This record gives sequence, structure tokens and C-alpha cells, in this order.
Amino acid sequence: MSAYAVELDCVAIARGNRVVLSEVSAAIRPGEFVGVFGPNGAGKTTLLHAILGLIRPANGSIRVFGSEPQRGNPEAGYLPQQRAPAGDLRLRGLDFVASAVRGERWGPALPGRTGWRDAKRAIAMVEAQELAERPLSELSGGELQRLLLAQALLGRPRLLLLDEPLISLDPHFQQTIVALVRRVQQSEGITVLFTAHEVNALLGAMDRVLYLGSGHARLGTVDEVITGDVLSTLYGAPIEVLRVDGRIVVVSGHGLVEADAHRHDA
Amino acid sequence: MLEYEFMRNAFMAGGAVAVVCGAVGFFLVLRHLAFAGHALSHVGFAGATGAVLVGAPPLWGLLAFTLAAGIAMGLIGERLRGRDVAVGIILSLSLGLGVLFLYLYTGHAAQATAILFGNVLGVGQSALASLFGLSLASLCALAVLSRPLLFASLAPELAQAKGVSLRLVSVLFLAVVAVAVAEAAQVVGVLLVFALMIGPAAASARLTTHVGRGVGLAVLLALCETWAGIALAYATDWPATFWIVSVSCAIYFAAALASSLRSQRAAAAKL
Repeated sequence: MSAYAVELDCVAIARGNRVVLSEVSAAIRPGEFVGVFGPNGAGKTTLLHAILGLIRPANGSIRVFGSEPQRGNPEAGYLPQQRAPAGDLRLRGLDFVASAVRGERWGPALPGRTGWRDAKRAIAMVEAQELAERPLSELSGGELQRLLLAQALLGRPRLLLLDEPLISLDPHFQQTIVALVRRVQQSEGITVLFTAHEVNALLGAMDRVLYLGSGHARLGTVDEVITGDVLSTLYGAPIEVLRVDGRIVVVSGHGLVEADAHRHDA
Repeated sequence: MLEYEFMRNAFMAGGAVAVVCGAVGFFLVLRHLAFAGHALSHVGFAGATGAVLVGAPPLWGLLAFTLAAGIAMGLIGERLRGRDVAVGIILSLSLGLGVLFLYLYTGHAAQATAILFGNVLGVGQSALASLFGLSLASLCALAVLSRPLLFASLAPELAQAKGVSLRLVSVLFLAVVAVAVAEAAQVVGVLLVFALMIGPAAASARLTTHVGRGVGLAVLLALCETWAGIALAYATDWPATFWIVSVSCAIYFAAALASSLRSQRAAAAKL
């Protein structure tokens, strides 16, 4: 049994001709809540895909609970960034979540008694019982996000990879989702990798920060990583970090980094 | 009316086809692929007329063309999106080819009408056996495929991460769709496959939010619409295709009306 949930050792990953990560090393302990940040194209999604075994590193090694990443690993739950195309369907939430119960196996689309039970349990974990009977087409973005989180929690994973779950949510809903993930992570003892654009949304919830930039990464506490020196190295440009009323403001020579550069529609 | 063999055959053929169309249609609607079935049937027209030209049963020509086109669509997959002009031109070409084959075939024009608008009252013993075989095969395939198909349709990214091959699922499903289209064309003709494949499934999606009940209701509606159409054709002597399409249309709009009334009431109750 490995001492780490996720271990990255000199990992290099290329997508097409572009080297996304050139040398990333980090060791994430079981039960940690790690916020993953970085500018657009820094490789946050790529890193999650590599941990899921969807892409192989060109160099270095990745270990997930001591083993090679494997596609379909039941220990890893995943909330993808691309939104489900099902949002406009008049299908109830419970059936949506249940479709992912052992959905990778051949057979009829009937979840069976244990399948329904697992789906209901996952929905209860994200406190979305009142969404189970409502059609997806009537749910808000934040409500749909809860159901996606329930899908990620099916099969009781020990590692949860959440790709931008806060994107396009109002600040109020962002806080609800972060608090919810924190509660689930603590009650189930799950390791969480949570990618986001804005450090402040995860302050207080995350244990450590993994900041990606220029192909490299730094893992550490907020105070260790979110500093002018570290971010200047990662961005390859002078960056200042200000603290205002307990919030963090990241400023580059061109203006607010967090507010401007981090908005995108991908 | 059941004392006539052609009516018994029509009810059996229509029933066998309707069950497949209802079930397949449910997943077509779920995957936002309603027009894929329509496109496949146009491609099938060239196959059916080509088969007539060489003296083969039109069903097999239709099936060969829809299967080839369905599998190709599955393989091309995502890259097909946004290429509606190219797809439309290929469809026109296949209809054009069909016209050429009909012109070269100097036999009677009844064949053309039957291919375009269906002729469920003219289904013979051997065609009936073929339809039963095809229905059974496609229902078995759908039963084995439906779980990963549902997963891949509702949460493709997650399904892929869990080891589902999205392309394989898509190719297999479109192959089943191709068989269903070829069958449906025997009942309502290549031009009106949409009414039998999508009508019941779309109505069912308006009436229930459950997957299992959705499939069941789509099958039930397709059966009722087809049988009602055949019975009305017998009673009025008007074409069965007209009646099937009309009943399908009426049921769809009734379901749409019922569901919008219900959601208005739900919204009013919340206020």
C-alpha cells in the first residue's frame, strides 16, 4: 500500500505537438483536499486525464494509490468539465444518476435493485434528494452540478477528480458546492483534486494548493504557493499577491490575473 | 377484418416493426439524433430501388444501404456535426440515384410508391418472416447495448473515463437504427419513417421522466399507432400510411399539450 493517493514524478505530457506539462512532481496524501489552479492551458484538465489513465505521460511516472493509472479505475470518481448534453432532457435526476451505475458493462439499461440503491445513496450524499424526481430540463446549473457530483461518487471512490465544478455558477452556488465537496470529502475520507479558476472560492476548504504554470507545478499550503515569487516563476512574468480582508488578489503587470485571465468558456 | 390473410400479415408485420421502432426511437430522441433516422431512410431509397432494378427484394437493398450509411455515420461521429450541407448533398445524391434506378427499371410504378410510402397491406409470408427475424435480432442487440448506450448518451465524458468506447457504442447503435429504418420503411415508406420512429418516442418523452417507462411507453404508442392505422385503413379504404402518420402526429401533439399544461399547473402551484 502506497503512502500517497496520487504521486507524480517528473511527469511530462504532450498533447499533439504541444508540451503541456514538462516536469511535474507532487505527492498528494490520502484524504487531502487539493485545489488545482493555473492559467488557461496550464494543463489542469490534462493532469486529471492522465491520473484517470486517459492519456499516458511522455515521461516520468504517475501512481494512483501505488498503481499505474488505469482507465475505468473504480477508485477514481470524476466530474468532467464538459457539461452533460442531457441538460435539456425531460429525464428525472434519479434516472440520470443511475445511468452511470456500472454503465460501462454490456447489458440492458436496468439498474436493478442494488443499482437504484447506489444511485439514491450517492444522491443523498450530495443532499440532492429533492432533485431526484425533477426533470433535468428544469434544473439550474448548480443543481445539475450536484447530480454530476453524485455520479462521480457512485461506487464509493477513494479519489475524486473534479474539473472546474464552479464554472458558470453564481458565487452563492459556488460556496454551496465547495462546502458540499468538503463535507463529503471529510465524512468519507476521500482525496479530492478540485480544479478552479479562483483561489478565494476554495480558501478554508482546501488543505493544499497545486499550482500549474509553464509546464511546472508547485504543491504546498496557500501561504507557501500563492506568493509573488512562486507565481512569478510559474507564470514567467512578474506577479504580485495582495491580501485584502482575508481574500487573495493576484496582480500582474497587466492587471488582475484572477479576474481577467481566468475567465474562459471552455 | 382478421379473416383475411393480408390483414393478419399486416397486423403482425406492423407489430413487429413498431416494437423495434419505439425502442430505437427512444434512444434516438435521447441522443438528439432524431434526424439521423430520417437521413438513413433517404440513403435506403437508392438501395431499395437498386435492388428492384436487379430483381432482388427491396428490403435487402434498403438494409444494405442503411447499414453501410449507419456504420459510416457512427465512424465519422463527431466530425459530422456542423456538416449539414455535405450530409444534405449526399442525401440528395442518394435520392437522385434512386430516381435513376427507377427510370432504368421499366416495370410498373407501384414498386416506387410502395418504397416511398410503404405498403403494409401487401406484406407477404416471406417478407413477414424476414421482418420478424430482423426485429428479433435488433431487439436482442439493443438489449445488450442499451446500458452503455444510455451511459454514453447521458454522460459521454464520464462514460469514456470509465472505459466505454463512445465510437463503438455509436457504430453499434446506428447499425441497429439502420435495421429499424429498413423495417419501418416496409410499413410507412422511406419518406415517413420519422413518424413511426420519432413520433412515439417523442410523445413518450413528454409523458414520463423515467427511462424504463419511457422505453415501454414508446413501444406501446408505436404499436397502438400502427395497429390503429391499419384498422382505420381497413375501415376507410384510405392508405394505412396516411392513418399511421396521422395518429402518430395527433398523439404527439396531445402529449405535448398535456405536458405543457402540466408544467404550467406545476409552475402555478409554486407561486
